[in-house]
Amino acid sequence: MSATGIGAPVRRKEDQRFVTGQGRYVDDFNRPGQAYAYFLRSPHAHAAIRSIDVSQAKAMPGVLAVFTGDDLAADRIGGLICGWMIHSKDGTPMKAGPHPALAQGKVRYVGDHVAVVIAETLAQAKDAAEAIAVDYDVLPAVVDTAQATKASVQVHDVSPDNTVFNWHLGNKDETDAAFARAKHVTKIDLINNRLVPNPIEPRAALGEYDPGTDNYTLYTTSQNPHVARLVLSAFIGVAPEHKLRVIAPDVGGGFGSKIFIYAEETVCVWAAKKVKRPVKWTSDRSEAFLSDAHGRDHVTHAEMATDENGKIIGLKVHTIANLGAYLSTFSSSVPTYLYAPLLSGQYDIPAIYCEVDGVYTNTAPVDAYRGAGRPEATFVIERLVEKTARELGQDPAEFRRKNYITQFPHATPVIMTYDTGDYAASLDKALELADYRNFQARKQDSARRGKLRGIGFSSYIEACGIAPSQAVGSLGAGVGLWESAEVRVNPTGSVEVLTGSHSHGQGHETTFAQLVSDRLGIPIDQVSIVHGDTDKVQFGMGTYGSRSGAVGMSAIAKALDKVIAKGKKVAAHVLEASEGDVEFKDGRFGIAGTDRSLAFGEVALQAYIAHKFSGQELEPGLKEGAFYDPTNFTFPAGVHICEVEIDPETGVAKIERWTAVDDFGVIINPMIVEGQVHGGIAQGVGQALLEGAVYDQNGQLVTASFNDYCMPRAIDLPSFQVGMTVTPCPSNPLGIKGCGEAGAIAAPPAVINAITDALGHEDIAMPATPQAIWRAAQKARMPMAAE
Amino acid sequence: MYAFEYHRPASVKQAADLASQFEDSKFLAGGHTLLPTMKLRLAAPANLVDLGQIAELRGIERSGSTVTIGAMMKHAEVANSGDIRSSIPALAEMAELIGDPHVRNRGTIGGSIANNDPSADYPAACLALNATIVTDRRKIAADDFFQGIFSTALDEGELITRVAFQTPKQAAYAKFRNPASRYALVGVFVARHADGVRVAVTGAGSNGVFRVPEMEAALNLSFTPEALDGISVSTDAMNSDIHADAAYRAHLVGVMARRAVQAAASRS
Ligand SMILES: Cc1cc2nc3c(=O)[nH]c(=O)nc-3n(C[C@H](O)[C@H](O)[C@H](O)COP(=O)(O)OP(=O)(O)OC[C@H]3O[C@@H](n4cnc5c(N)ncnc54)[C@H](O)[C@@H]3O)c2cc1C
Repeated sequence: MSATGIGAPVRRKEDQRFVTGQGRYVDDFNRPGQAYAYFLRSPHAHAAIRSIDVSQAKAMPGVLAVFTGDDLAADRIGGLICGWMIHSKDGTPMKAGPHPALAQGKVRYVGDHVAVVIAETLAQAKDAAEAIAVDYDVLPAVVDTAQATKASVQVHDVSPDNTVFNWHLGNKDETDAAFARAKHVTKIDLINNRLVPNPIEPRAALGEYDPGTDNYTLYTTSQNPHVARLVLSAFIGVAPEHKLRVIAPDVGGGFGSKIFIYAEETVCVWAAKKVKRPVKWTSDRSEAFLSDAHGRDHVTHAEMATDENGKIIGLKVHTIANLGAYLSTFSSSVPTYLYAPLLSGQYDIPAIYCEVDGVYTNTAPVDAYRGAGRPEATFVIERLVEKTARELGQDPAEFRRKNYITQFPHATPVIMTYDTGDYAASLDKALELADYRNFQARKQDSARRGKLRGIGFSSYIEACGIAPSQAVGSLGAGVGLWESAEVRVNPTGSVEVLTGSHSHGQGHETTFAQLVSDRLGIPIDQVSIVHGDTDKVQFGMGTYGSRSGAVGMSAIAKALDKVIAKGKKVAAHVLEASEGDVEFKDGRFGIAGTDRSLAFGEVALQAYIAHKFSGQELEPGLKEGAFYDPTNFTFPAGVHICEVEIDPETGVAKIERWTAVDDFGVIINPMIVEGQVHGGIAQGVGQALLEGAVYDQNGQLVTASFNDYCMPRAIDLPSFQVGMTVTPCPSNPLGIKGCGEAGAIAAPPAVINAITDALGHEDIAMPATPQAIWRAAQKARMPMAAE
Repeated sequence: MYAFEYHRPASVKQAADLASQFEDSKFLAGGHTLLPTMKLRLAAPANLVDLGQIAELRGIERSGSTVTIGAMMKHAEVANSGDIRSSIPALAEMAELIGDPHVRNRGTIGGSIANNDPSADYPAACLALNATIVTDRRKIAADDFFQGIFSTALDEGELITRVAFQTPKQAAYAKFRNPASRYALVGVFVARHADGVRVAVTGAGSNGVFRVPEMEAALNLSFTPEALDGISVSTDAMNSDIHADAAYRAHLVGVMARRAVQAAASRS
């Protein structure tokens, strides 16, 4: 392993600029003549708009324009779309209500976009927004996920009972049969709490129009600028695709919330042409709480059947998934194809049946959030497995081991074929690192101090590297999920890699360069990674679902192979040898069995000066591109163990130990991977203990600021014990599985399993706040006083 | 934020004059409450009178059994003051529990007391340490100063200049933080003075900071955590929100009071 190659803990190249304040985020871009947009948002969760009077606002100082939904409609600007078609059990397509960028006749959640003011300054735009008179006919709101279909309130005309789809997966008859012969059935009711994504950089958009060339430019906080361009041009229709340049520069975190195409970016591009000025919008934190797509929000009943040997023989799941007031870009896929196919977990379960009812409510749209569907699935299966083990009186680790899949490939009854893994190896290592052997002694010690100690497991699996285009196409996706790369070798031998992946914190400028350094044998500082600009990178699908390593880097690897192949041709000409005799090793092209060789840089120069060959024999230049379409998902998996100590007097649960043993396949940069694991666990602990978006019954977001919405802090977390096991992924050239979401997927059930273990009963929901735990502890048996 | 006029007086007199000259004015101390409210357009004073340049409002003095703190002293300055650490360590510890480093290095004692947020920490310290709030016009006993949520005895344009605390024999503050905001969900300040014990509770009460006479009476007889056994505060007077309902808050008052007594009693 070289110091900068695959497997090396290279310091992140991009951090110099980030930690010294030199990063350039959307809000750092200012264009000549720039004006500011401010969105008037609905204060009501549900209301008909009788009229909007903008005349006074238009006359306010500095105001360039005030637009409403009517203006967008007059310009034939389409609504926002949901790009994944889900069909109900009866074959009918999901019921997608209209999703205009600015409200047309109705508002459906607090924060919904009513009108936009464009003014010389932001303050003037805000002042004018206050002068817009909207006559609302306030309607009752439906908020509660479980009650959505029973409410008399109707969010969209297309869906009389607020149902978006009644979807299912798996074999019902086989599952019923399994339950019929079960020795034991364990049942559980779960709520997967709604979360607000809260990336550190709020969303922003800056639209610009050049009347001379008829070109549009959008700077936006996007995880996938090409997808944004495609949707904005082909579906929403703000500009033709070849006339629209989308730039997603440095982006400060996304966690999924910046995948989607939102109203604000649509309006900024369109309005830039209307007012003939660049138009900028930057979300403030209050707007982010209200209008970024939220995550999770499931209500689930699940049952697990076991036979007389304690083997799991069946799983039945019914979930109601709150999709909010509108279908966001990928919302329909999250509680369906990103959820149910993971319900087999790491276990050999012969029969699984899952039903999911997607529902509308008068709340912010819900879409993918770190893990997207997979944390929800893992929470169901890992809570249920834990509870089953307890009911059967079995050690939770051994119960899991007994039910692990051990033969690969393994086809689950819910679509997926797991390619490889060694779950017991991760479990063994985790048990060792967690000092499971001495847990009882620690529990006794806690009891002596009046504290309740518990241990919780999470044997999670996820599907990453999304995804084979053919497969997702057959499941309803509107796009393919390959990735592209272009490797441009300069005459001096330095290399630029253009990738369709997008880095918004993941460290691609480092890890992708490590791959190039490793393959071409050149120093890492000779490599730059270019991403996030549709004028530079031809096309790409972006970054989410831990796909950038497995899919994005595989595309780069493929392009690098082509560069090396071309380099061999060039070297053969220069060295006057036959191409078949040229080998590339350690950064040199050499003739086998001789000492004649050329460094990579020398070959690059020869390729461009082209003195040693004619254009007829070989094209000059050294530049290759590739599209890589994966053949399977990847399946990172691992075991996390959480140990908590509860103060029953206050209800405070302190995480005393955290052990994470993950199998991410081949690791490019262990330091970055650990960072991803740490951040993921922190987010998962946030969900389990601290975070929860709460709407009141009128649809007002109660947790609309950090005063009430509790993010995890360093003080809430222990020092993590992180270990790795490695089974290389067989389906991609690098053996990578992906690591970006694992922590957030693994953590919530580990925490809740630990808390329920400490309490001695299962009755606690997320977030398990001190108040909730205190109340639950009243029901718990008190610890035995030590002699 | 709406536009406003900014004034920066150099003395208490100038500040008071400005406040009386402009009807729609507000003093600006650390700005950690006022500025966010203005940014959210919930407050819109036409004039801001910045107290940051007034030397008279700064300083910490110890004389006899009193510690006097200038209104513009920041939480971090109180937390790190050697005089306070040696005379009333509980007060320094309380200041150290406020918010985060940014807040502690901007927020001031005067601003916190004038604001009387029902979850703020200082009001409990003032009541338990029998403080006197000194203004440009008069002296007000803490017992008379705090008059319910965000409401104080201050008149229009009246300026807090200093706060004088009575040095206790033993004292401690036990704070249960709101997990999100880090303000007090329940904070109990217990102080044992020569003339009796004071127990003050912040965060919990639906009418702001309050004392608990039953606890004080019991602790006057025996300054031990056990003395509080069986004493509870009524849930009727408790705040209730998504973080803690009235029953949980009332319970925490008892727990935090016992912990504060425990800590105070173990102090030499
Ligand atoms: C994130 C965050 C967390 C916080 N956590 C806590 C916490 O845990 N505990 C806690 O107690 N507090 C907390 N605070 C509040 C903070 O500690 C400040 O004390 C509080 O904001 C008020 O002080 P200030 O100096 O910032 O006053 P300002 O915001 O400047 O003023 C507040 C009010 O007091 C008036 N005022 C200011 N000084 C005087 C004076 N000398 N005389 C008369 N009127 C005056 C102003 O006109 C204004 O109305 C927190 C604040 C933030 C932003």
